[in-house]
Amino acid sequence: MAVGTHERTTEHRPESAPPRISRERPAGGFELWAWLFMRISGLVLLFLAVGHVLIMHVVDEGIDRVDFAFVATRWGSPFWRTWDWAMLTLALIHGINGLRVIVQDYVRPTGVRFAVNMFFLTLGFILFVLGTVVVFTFDPSRWPGAA
Amino acid sequence: MAKRRADVGTLYRGSPGQWSWLAHRVTGVAIILFLFVHVVDTAVVGWGPEAYERVSSVYHNWFVRLLELGLVAAVLYHALNGLKIMVFDFWPSTVRYMKPISAATTGIFVLAMIPITWIMGAAILRLLGWL
Repeated sequence: MAVGTHERTTEHRPESAPPRISRERPAGGFELWAWLFMRISGLVLLFLAVGHVLIMHVVDEGIDRVDFAFVATRWGSPFWRTWDWAMLTLALIHGINGLRVIVQDYVRPTGVRFAVNMFFLTLGFILFVLGTVVVFTFDPSRWPGAA
Repeated sequence: MAKRRADVGTLYRGSPGQWSWLAHRVTGVAIILFLFVHVVDTAVVGWGPEAYERVSSVYHNWFVRLLELGLVAAVLYHALNGLKIMVFDFWPSTVRYMKPISAATTGIFVLAMIPITWIMGAAILRLLGWL
């Protein structure tokens, strides 16, 4: 092949095709549901996660005021327990599916790709169980005087 | 075989959204990696106040606090850019306004980061005793 005739395939984009900034919508099946899930969970996380970082890290002394007693008071309300659990669940699935999409782009050998995906999936499941147990079983009265 | 000129030193020239696409990936990976750690450090609260204070004392370090500022920026960027992606995906005709919508997204992000950096930066300076 002569030097100079090599062109990136992206440069052959037809003029009529609209520019894309996001993943093309999959035709159907699991990938379409995953695509849709990313958008719906993303919208919910826009409130849950952005609200969370603003409350915990920015306003009212931020992280400086967060200690055991703070968590005990906060999780005294089912509202915040539900908020945190919903955020945990959605963020883990959203993030691990995001990693899967990225792995699809950069890890070509199918065996390695499967192993990497299974690693993140297993890690995510363990963290989901750990987080769920702690969010719903945390009982500060076990440490009287601390909260 | 020698590398062709076209293979090295050239910028990927994809769609106009290439930089936001890259930033979306980078911030997304950063957030999920932090989340993996954060679930564990938060779960320590279930082992009592002493264990929790020991873990949360890492936030007394100024460098960790800089990372914390970076995390807030990453979450905010990822959220705003994700919203932009959804606008284009669900209302394809808005792609015509990609430039102004992208500029607005970046603008909102930068504007929001000004007070956030001010507040969190002041807390870091207080921690260092410089304020």
